[in-house]
Amino acid sequence: MPKIQLNLITGRTIQQGVAIEGGKEKPRYREACGIIELDPSDFEKLGAWRNTNVRVTSAHGSVVVKAIDATQGPHPGLGWIPMGPWANSVVNPNTYSTGMPTFKGTPVEVEPASNEPVLLGIELVQRYCRGDKK
Amino acid sequence: MTKTITDVICPFCGTLCDDIEVVVSDDGKKIVEVMNACAIGYEKFHHSQATDRATRPRMQQADGSYKEVSYDEAVEYTAQMFAKSKKTLMYGWSSTNCEAQSVGHEIAEICGSVVDNTATVCHGTTLIAVQDVGIPSCTLGEIKNRADRILFWGCNPAHAHPRHMSRYSIFPRGFFTGKGQHSRKVVVVDPRPTDTSKMADYYFQVEQGRDYELLQAFRAALKHEWLPDVVAGIPKERIYEGADMLKAGRFGIIFFGMGVTQTLSKNHNIDAAIMLTKDLNEYTKFNIMPMRGHYNVTGSGEVLGWQFGFPYAVDISRGFARYNPGDTTSNDLLMRGDVDSVFVIASDPGAHFPWTSVKKISELPSVAVDPHFTPTTEICKLHVPVAFVGIEVGGNAYRMDNVPIDTRKVVDPPEGMLTDEQFLEKVLHRVKELKGVH
Repeated sequence: MPKIQLNLITGRTIQQGVAIEGGKEKPRYREACGIIELDPSDFEKLGAWRNTNVRVTSAHGSVVVKAIDATQGPHPGLGWIPMGPWANSVVNPNTYSTGMPTFKGTPVEVEPASNEPVLLGIELVQRYCRGDKK
Repeated sequence: MTKTITDVICPFCGTLCDDIEVVVSDDGKKIVEVMNACAIGYEKFHHSQATDRATRPRMQQADGSYKEVSYDEAVEYTAQMFAKSKKTLMYGWSSTNCEAQSVGHEIAEICGSVVDNTATVCHGTTLIAVQDVGIPSCTLGEIKNRADRILFWGCNPAHAHPRHMSRYSIFPRGFFTGKGQHSRKVVVVDPRPTDTSKMADYYFQVEQGRDYELLQAFRAALKHEWLPDVVAGIPKERIYEGADMLKAGRFGIIFFGMGVTQTLSKNHNIDAAIMLTKDLNEYTKFNIMPMRGHYNVTGSGEVLGWQFGFPYAVDISRGFARYNPGDTTSNDLLMRGDVDSVFVIASDPGAHFPWTSVKKISELPSVAVDPHFTPTTEICKLHVPVAFVGIEVGGNAYRMDNVPIDTRKVVDPPEGMLTDEQFLEKVLHRVKELKGVH
C-alpha cells in the first residue's frame, strides 16, 4: 500500500464549531472533525478513493480518519484535520518552554486503512486514556 | 404570545456579538427562535434547550460508567479533592463569566492551586509577546469606523469568528468607511487559500511555519531594503507591493490567530508581527489584535491580571503568584506529572489537549464543570453540569478588544441546576471549613 508524507496542520472550521455546540457525544462531531482534508494531488499519490478511511501516523501517535477533498485549497503537501481529539492524537505535544503544544506543522505519514473504523470523539479519548491506544 | 428579547449577547466566540434577538415561549421557559446569530451561535442557543442534556452531577464508577449524584455530594468530592491536593490544576475559565472566575481564584489562593485558562493552547504565546514588546491596539468600533487596511494573518474568521467580518472588519459602513468593503483593502496571509482569502484583495500563500521570515521581510520591505528573490514562498515583488499598500492606508489593523501562535517560533512570530505594526506606525496609524477564541478568555486574563498580575498560567502553590510559561502552563504540568488533581471548568481539554496530557488528567482525581457532555466530562471522575452562561445566567465577559460586556439571561436553567458561580461558592464555603479558613 502506498504511504505519503505530509505536513499536518489543525484548526477551527465552522462545521467543527457547530458540532461542538451541538454535542460532542454525537456522530456529527465525528463527521466534522474525524476527517483529513487532502489536496487532489496528494490523493493521487496515495492512490485512495475520496471518502475512504486512512491511518495518520506521526512520531507522537496514530489515528484513523476519513480522507476527503480539501474544502479550502489547493494545498499540496499539507494535510488538514480540524481541531479535536482526532488531530490531537497525532500532533506534536512539545511546548518548547512556551506552554503551547505545537499544533501546527507535525510531519505525518498517511496510508489507506479502509477496513478500520473512525471512532467517535468520546470513544477515542476514553480508549487512549485506558491505555489501549496503538 | 411569544416574547422577543433584543440585544442579547452571544456566548460563543471573542467577537461577543451584542445584537442577537431571542424569541422565547409565552411562559418564558423555552427558546423558540434565535435571530442574527451565526451558525455556531444559533446552535449554542438551541442546544441549551436539548432534552438529553445532563441536569445533575455524575460520578465515575469502578467500571468506567457514570452514576447520578446530588450537587451536595459533588461539592463534597470537589472540596475534599482541593483540600487534600498539594497542587491542583484549575484549568478552563473561558466559557464562564468573570464573577465565577473570581470565586475560583479565591479557592486557588486558599488551596495553593495553579490557575490556567484556555489561552495556554490559544493565544498564550501572544500574551508572552505582549509582555516582550507591548501591543499597539484599538477597539473593534474604531476598526469599523476608521480602518481601511485589514490584514488577517494566520486566522480564518469566515470559520472561527463568522460575524466578525460583517460587524467590524470587512463589510460594515462606518463613519470614515462609508463605502463598506470598497473603503478597505483586505489582505490574508495563510498557508491554505481559505474562505476568508476569497474575500481578500491580496492573498499571500505563505509556506507553513515560515511566518516569522515573511513578517520580517515585510518590515524590511517597508524601508525598501534588500530582499532575497523569494521569502516563505512569496516573490519579493509582491512583498514590496504589499508593504507599499499597507503604508498607503490611513488606519490599519493586523488580526492574527492560531496560524502564528501555534506554529514553531510561536511567541517570536507575534513579536515580529507587533514590531511590524510598530514600524508601520512610522508611516500611518496601525494596530494589532489577537482573534480571541472563547467568548470570555479575554475576561479570564483580565481578572487574573488584576488579582494576581499575570494573565494565565498563575501558580499559587508557594503562597504567592508565580508565572512562568513552560513551567506553570497546563500541558507542561500535566506531561511532567507536576499536579496531583485537576479541576476543569468551562472548557474541554479532553478534546483540545494532545492525548498525552489528556491521559494524565484521566489518571488523577478530577472534576469537570461543563453544561455539555464532552470528552473531558467522560474521563473525569466527576462531571458537574451547570447552567449556560449568557443564556441561563448573565454575568460579565470581555470581548477580544478588552471591552467588557454584560451578558444576559434569556431563559431559566432546568429546575434545581446550579450556575458555575453558585457551585464554586459552595465549594469555596466547604474548602474554608476543611482548611479552617475564615
